[in-house]
Amino acid sequence: MSLLDASGGGICHKEEVHASSSLPKHLDSDSPLLSVRSVAKRYGARIGCKDISFDLWPGEVLGVVGESGSGKSTLLGCLSGQLRPDGGEVLFDTRDRGPVDTLRMSEPQRRHLARTDWAFVHQNPRDGLRMGVSAGGNVGERLMATGARHYGRIREAASDWLDRVEIDTGRIDDRPRQFSGGMQQRLQIARNLVSGPRLAFMDEPTGGLDVSVQARLLDLLRGLVRDMGLSAVLVTHDLAVVRLLADRLIVMKDGRVVETGLTDQVLDDPQHGYTQLLVSSVLQV
Amino acid sequence: MSDQAYNFAYLDEDTKRMIRRAILKGIAVPGYQVPFASREMPMPYGWGTGGVQVTAAVMTPEDVLKVIDQGADDTTNAVSIRKFFQRTAGVATTERTSEATMIQTRHRIPETPLTSDQILVYQVPIPEPMRFLEPRETETRRIHALADYGLMQVRLYEDIARHGEIATSYAYPVEVAGRYVMDPSPIPKFDNPKLDDCPAIQLFGAGREQRIYALPPYTHVRSLDFEDHPFRATKADHACAICGSASSYLDEVITDDAGGRMFVCSDTDYCAQNAKGGA
Ligand SMILES: Nc1ncnc2c1ncn2[C@@H]1O[C@H](COP(=O)(O)OP(=O)(O)OP(=O)(O)O)[C@@H](O)[C@H]1O
Ligand SMILES: [Mg+2]
Repeated sequence: MSLLDASGGGICHKEEVHASSSLPKHLDSDSPLLSVRSVAKRYGARIGCKDISFDLWPGEVLGVVGESGSGKSTLLGCLSGQLRPDGGEVLFDTRDRGPVDTLRMSEPQRRHLARTDWAFVHQNPRDGLRMGVSAGGNVGERLMATGARHYGRIREAASDWLDRVEIDTGRIDDRPRQFSGGMQQRLQIARNLVSGPRLAFMDEPTGGLDVSVQARLLDLLRGLVRDMGLSAVLVTHDLAVVRLLADRLIVMKDGRVVETGLTDQVLDDPQHGYTQLLVSSVLQV
Repeated sequence: MSDQAYNFAYLDEDTKRMIRRAILKGIAVPGYQVPFASREMPMPYGWGTGGVQVTAAVMTPEDVLKVIDQGADDTTNAVSIRKFFQRTAGVATTERTSEATMIQTRHRIPETPLTSDQILVYQVPIPEPMRFLEPRETETRRIHALADYGLMQVRLYEDIARHGEIATSYAYPVEVAGRYVMDPSPIPKFDNPKLDDCPAIQLFGAGREQRIYALPPYTHVRSLDFEDHPFRATKADHACAICGSASSYLDEVITDDAGGRMFVCSDTDYCAQNAKGGA
């Protein structure tokens, strides 16, 4: 009886947590989607990043800004399992088991997570696409990797996603090589979002694109983030990009976080001297 | 009978032991590509040096050897490998599938059903089924280790997207015992069902690529496909012009300069027996 009481109480409490975390607005969520604790990574004697801690809430977009070499990509690599940090914890709120330290997951578990609940958008679409595989195959790969075996339905989903990223569905059988840079980037996004992930890692997703192409991509990303309730960690040099997309910012310098806050606050009223330089564009970022 | 200048079946005993260890490992982990230290053989790569080494490693003096190339016993490749073992091992040879205890093959599985007293050795040019999709060996190894085979399915998806159906007609990828995805060597997909639940031991040797893999007897082998594009073991829709078989795999043969052609069994032994009414 006493055992039942104890577990019953536990279950009851859990259900309360679940009920509130299903509310759409991230401010109402009880638990962060991602909790980063003291993450550090060195390259030999050089510091990649150090002492990084923050929480990312469901539906929130966190911008990571800082000059070249400040450790943005290193941090993103550590969070997304592409780099192995020397220390720290990266707790992700998994669908089935709640918060789990992804650094201590087995490789198959992490891979599964990376292709279901996570998205990773590389600056260079070549790093995130299979250039020898058709657009449809690129988008369908995640579905097939997680067990989809119905060609017609895979193709339908691919076609639907091409449409959502504004690629003419008539080009579903073309290879990415035949696409412009902006289209390749949108294809990379479709290929990642087809699995309905909750968290996206983006490293300079608009870098290397013409300004007008950038603007269109930003619009698209903003719409997708809103519609899907996607959370994101967005690395960029470009303060205009974070102004448009990020709810909150962390500012990095020499591998460390020097300032953090709501985007408008940080950009309009920077506290740290480095951020002030960054915002006034005195620093070449 | 055999040439005394060589050890039995050409390879020295240490080498054979090394190859047998790889074979045993392959049998223990069906479909897994076991690396082995492939030896120089007195024939060029592409002539089945991997298959020859596997055959040499498991051969005994009592064996009766059959060698086929694309189904035929009388092609240059088949004849020279048969002669090689006659000379270096002194074993008996045959063209009859049912009389052989060991069959080395390139590109076919005999039509006559194999038995539990037989070993079928395949010559394999490229053991890695994902080679052309993912050239990085570190990555393909990881894919196999994690059974992370979405990419294999992408290959079939691309086939259908481009050709309206799965156009891969040979070296058609299979899943072995619910675990490893394997390249069955360039046999026609018509032969794939024969891989499944086969009473004979099936061994695969890739010389240049230094890999051995295996199917123990009665292993479940499933050809990859889609629910709405199921695997089909197809052949030319004709009967053999020589023996009349409507069920055996056919080669198209050009008969004259005027575009004349006919379809005949690719398995010459089966065809001869069938023509005699004995198959
Ligand atoms: N593979 C590596 N080996 C050694 N040092 C590295 C490696 N990758 C990054 N670093 C170093 O780690 C620090 C952080 O680099 P990182 O690439 O994370 O910066 P970043 O903020 O992404 O820069 P950028 O804006 O130029 O992309 C730099 O000093 C860099 O030289
Ligand atoms: Mg970077």
